[in-house]
Amino acid sequence: MSQTIEALAAASGERAEDRGAVARRLVGELRPFRREIGLAFGLIVLSASAQALGPLLVARAIDGPIADGDRGGLAWLMAALFVVYLVGTVGTRGQIAQVGEIGQRVLASLRDRLFDRFQHLPLAFFDRRPVGDLISRVTNDVDTLNQFLSQGLTQLLGSFFSLIGIVIAMLLLDLGLALVSFTIIPVMLLTTSVFARRARVAFRTAREATGDVTAELQEEISGIREAQAFNRTEVNIERFRRRNAANRDANVQAVGITSAFAPAMDVLSTLATALVIGYGGYQVYQGEQTVGLLAAFLIYVQQFFRPIQLASQVYTQAQSSLASGERIYQILDAAPEAADPPGTPALGAVRGRIEFDRVTFGYDPARPVLRDVSFSAEAGETVAIVGPTGAGKTTIVNLIPRFYEVPEGQGTIRVDGHDIRRVTRQSLRRQVATVLQEPFLFSGTVADNIGYGREGATREEIVAAARAVDADRFVAALPEGYDTPLGEGGGGLSEGQRQLLSFARAVLADPRILILDEATSRIDTRTEQTIQAALGRLLAGRTSIVIAHRLSTVRNADQILVVDGGRIVERGDHGALMARDGLYATLYRRQFRDLRAPSTADDANAEAVGVGTGAVR
Amino acid sequence: MQPGGMRALGRALRYLRPYRRDAGGALLAVLLVSLANLAAPQLIRLAIDVGIDDRDRGAIVLAVGGLVGVALARGLFSFLQGYLAERASQGVAYDLRDTLFAQVERLSFAFYDRSQTGQLLTRLTSDVEQIRAFVGGGVVQLAAAGVMLIGTVVLLLELNWRLALVALAIIPAIFAVLLRFVRRIGPLFGRVQAALGRLNTTLQEDLTGIRTIRAFVREDHETRRYRVVNDELLDANLTAVRVFSASFPLVFFFANLGTMLVVWYGGNQIIGGQLSVGELIAFNSYLAFLLFPILTIGFQASGIPRAGASALRVFEILDEPLEVRDAPDATPLPPVRGRVTFEDVRFRYPGSDAETLRGVSFTAEPGQTVAILGTTGSGKSTLVNLLPRFYDPSAGRVLIDGHDIRTVTLASLRGQVGIVLQETLLFSGTVRDNIAYGRPDASQAEVEAAARAAQADGFIRALPQGYGTVVGERGVGLSGGQRQRVAIARALLVDRGVLVLDDSTSAVDAETEAAIQEALDRLMRAGDRTAFVIAQRISTVRDADLIVVLNAGEVAAMGTHEELLRESTLYNEILGSQLRPDDGPDDGPDHGPDGPDDGDLVAAGIDAPAAEPVGVAAGAAPFRRPEEPGR
Repeated sequence: MSQTIEALAAASGERAEDRGAVARRLVGELRPFRREIGLAFGLIVLSASAQALGPLLVARAIDGPIADGDRGGLAWLMAALFVVYLVGTVGTRGQIAQVGEIGQRVLASLRDRLFDRFQHLPLAFFDRRPVGDLISRVTNDVDTLNQFLSQGLTQLLGSFFSLIGIVIAMLLLDLGLALVSFTIIPVMLLTTSVFARRARVAFRTAREATGDVTAELQEEISGIREAQAFNRTEVNIERFRRRNAANRDANVQAVGITSAFAPAMDVLSTLATALVIGYGGYQVYQGEQTVGLLAAFLIYVQQFFRPIQLASQVYTQAQSSLASGERIYQILDAAPEAADPPGTPALGAVRGRIEFDRVTFGYDPARPVLRDVSFSAEAGETVAIVGPTGAGKTTIVNLIPRFYEVPEGQGTIRVDGHDIRRVTRQSLRRQVATVLQEPFLFSGTVADNIGYGREGATREEIVAAARAVDADRFVAALPEGYDTPLGEGGGGLSEGQRQLLSFARAVLADPRILILDEATSRIDTRTEQTIQAALGRLLAGRTSIVIAHRLSTVRNADQILVVDGGRIVERGDHGALMARDGLYATLYRRQFRDLRAPSTADDANAEAVGVGTGAVR
Repeated sequence: MQPGGMRALGRALRYLRPYRRDAGGALLAVLLVSLANLAAPQLIRLAIDVGIDDRDRGAIVLAVGGLVGVALARGLFSFLQGYLAERASQGVAYDLRDTLFAQVERLSFAFYDRSQTGQLLTRLTSDVEQIRAFVGGGVVQLAAAGVMLIGTVVLLLELNWRLALVALAIIPAIFAVLLRFVRRIGPLFGRVQAALGRLNTTLQEDLTGIRTIRAFVREDHETRRYRVVNDELLDANLTAVRVFSASFPLVFFFANLGTMLVVWYGGNQIIGGQLSVGELIAFNSYLAFLLFPILTIGFQASGIPRAGASALRVFEILDEPLEVRDAPDATPLPPVRGRVTFEDVRFRYPGSDAETLRGVSFTAEPGQTVAILGTTGSGKSTLVNLLPRFYDPSAGRVLIDGHDIRTVTLASLRGQVGIVLQETLLFSGTVRDNIAYGRPDASQAEVEAAARAAQADGFIRALPQGYGTVVGERGVGLSGGQRQRVAIARALLVDRGVLVLDDSTSAVDAETEAAIQEALDRLMRAGDRTAFVIAQRISTVRDADLIVVLNAGEVAAMGTHEELLRESTLYNEILGSQLRPDDGPDDGPDHGPDGPDDGDLVAAGIDAPAAEPVGVAAGAAPFRRPEEPGR
């Protein structure tokens, strides 16, 4: 949130010329509604002229029929007035509805496009952007535009037209009086600009303070457990109190400035009224002017200043709308994942052979995370990737479903011999299921979450998938079984249970290629064995890539890749790697230190272990 | 309006009490502004009727001077009104938020198990804002509008009762329109708000789970789901637009109609000689004053259901009982030696049928390291969460040095129990701030020492700005293992008598973990700390003085690694393949002999808490890891 504010503050200073571009694009958003806008314009002109016509008729009534004692004429004029008012009302109503509808549709379309863009941005885009900030663009920033589009714009347009109408009427009524009242305008503009500058600064400070409060709240609420664990509650309460007070003071100050603005304008417009009375009175005194005309003129003068005041309010609104528009276009302009070129074939049913051919990759191209990585996994093989934290293990598996793209010329990844860059992403991802270290659950029932793996899965299939990974038992113990709703992030379930659900999800997806990224580090070994027994069944005929810190997990792999510093430093099966006595052997012994020295002899039993585990229970 | 909304709103109004002077001042200012407003048309009438018609130059000067004076007074008062009302309303918001935050900080974990961050955030921000807008501004405006309405009506009647009656004829019509508007817009605001909430939730979920969505190629599904909510929001908004457009132009129409009727009727009266032109014009000006308070009332009234709903939501939090709090006669816990006893502890999560802990008893002696082991969902985290009183047991007691922890103050208890939680959270701020979270006043040397012990010093120094590097959502991304190490350093820095590590090294590779373990061991021994460790990895639990094996909320077995290896099937099963390399060739038969012992062990686990096995364990394992003392 505070970043948002900083961005806002920076934006208002530096990008004056960008502002124009943003404004043009925002206006461009209205283009699909050309016809509706034409109609709205018509209605605005209609209601504005009705508004301008009303006092004119009243003045005519006072000077004409009333002065002449013509009751019939008065009735006619009143009837005309009624019609004018009626037309004005219909016009205003249509105009509010029309402009409001256009505004809402533009906003809905912006929200839609933002979401659509999120779905198509490369994952790298999300790596360092706080979720809260992105959400804020869809909600807060679009809402700022909402206020401008649905109220500000109507007011601005309405004011503009009634201003024109009123100015014309005033000039027609009495040129001299009109010019006298206009003398106050420069003073008003000056006052407005002085206030606007101060108000902008004060409001920026206030928004910053509000942002600070929101950001702190967001963090404190999600970190409440830490706060209690570290006995920080009193410190936090005290700290929040300061932020809270700063927010209050900043807002009071900002409102203080705007509170002074309206009265200042009021004083100025009263001055204008006084001028008109003084000058007009003098004219009437001299017999150059009628009383009715002066009365009508007074009404106009008062009406004249209302749109000016409104416009200056809308101006502030427009400023923040532009800032918001800029933030929205930043997302819409972000480059999406390159679309699959037309004619890209879909990846058909594969057997699952994966091949990395001299792949070099870095999230920041200048700093490669993987260097010259080559390996191949035959269809149906299990390949384990091990290595210290930060070695590049996750990066390797992220490249397989094309979460990140290997640039041309920096190596090739092939599935069944097809360069994965040459097939559509969706068809590729359908063949690959990934289970992440931190499983993500959506709000919805347990069944919904498992069913996420495949669209249209039946209840039977869902239950079968749960059974396959031994999740069935704990699910059955939940209050409503498979229909138990899960809260935010699967609240209420232990981390291990959440992971089991994500396994069931992967099972249901029935992929050719399965990737387990540290998926079992938080599951106890016994449960893990159950899963592995199940996965063992599932993996028959499938290729799997497994990352694990717990080396017992990877011992049974057909092939183990030891990664360090972005390179594969050792490869082979458990036995071969132990015999080699390199990094793997060191890591392995470290984990099992203290126990009898592991002998390579029992590697022969590696396969028996899986079976044995099953047999124990 | 939701039932109880009015009462909640009444309760929110009480927050205005400390600011009654500001609020009263604002009200007075509004009335003075209105008075000034009422004076202006009189002056205009004076100018026209006396000054111009009677050719009285003095009257014109008086009127013009008066107008300017009135405008100045009006300016001053309307400034005061805005300023004072804002001060009162911001004061109310400040107090509400302050009270809410203190409450939020103190609510127990059980509350957070069933709450959503986004929901709580909304209550502290936009709900408080709604209440602020109404209680601070709305109430003053409503009161002022009421007074103005009555004042204007009286004045109009006073001025010319015939004309007044004609003008007032439109009032019922306007009120009818406004009433219909308020009735329709209330639920609509609710619909818009609800749709917005759903949109927020969907967004939050989709952006957090973007990897999962991509992995399962569910973009289209999510887009459809989102579009449904977005369409709903659009629909609600469009309906609101229509309600607005159907109401306010109509109000102005009736108001204009009032003007027309007055001019018509008044015109006829002038023709009849019963009225002067100036009087008619002045009357017409006052008529405008009638409309303003009516519009205010209509507008503010539409805010009442909204503010009521917000007040309900806010007080729901404030009324949430603090499940874990200091007993009235709580005493501070004296500096602990670290003897921790669980006495037949039972625990059931609220709303759950099954007990998560079913009679757990054991004792940890000062300086011991206790490993808690068990299958997923066996109650390990729940057990250690009872130590700092994140939850209170449903039955049984937890004692530290013989004090029931419910009889000591929370601050003194938590000040002496350090815990590294399962999910590590970094706050946005520097690495240093994150480590010093529990002791903001720690020196740089102390922070670095803690980081070294947690094996974090190395990678921290490699960060762009070392300890000054900003981390958290907006900062440099740390890997899971790095985050865990920062969290461990955080716990180590506070240097407590009792330390709890809840699966806090799961994302760290074996080598780093061993180093952390070693540092922890050194610290434990030096400071005589009692440590509770939950872990899945054999290397973590093996060296513990006491291993407690949990199964379905009960202690299934207890003892040292060697004892359990010999005697517990479950222990062997849980560590499973991790043990295999050392057990030699095995495929089941090896475990055969363990079978018969099983029942005995379970019984022993329950009946013989602490005393015997622990004593043995403590004696047997003061020093482990013979191969590493040199490091």
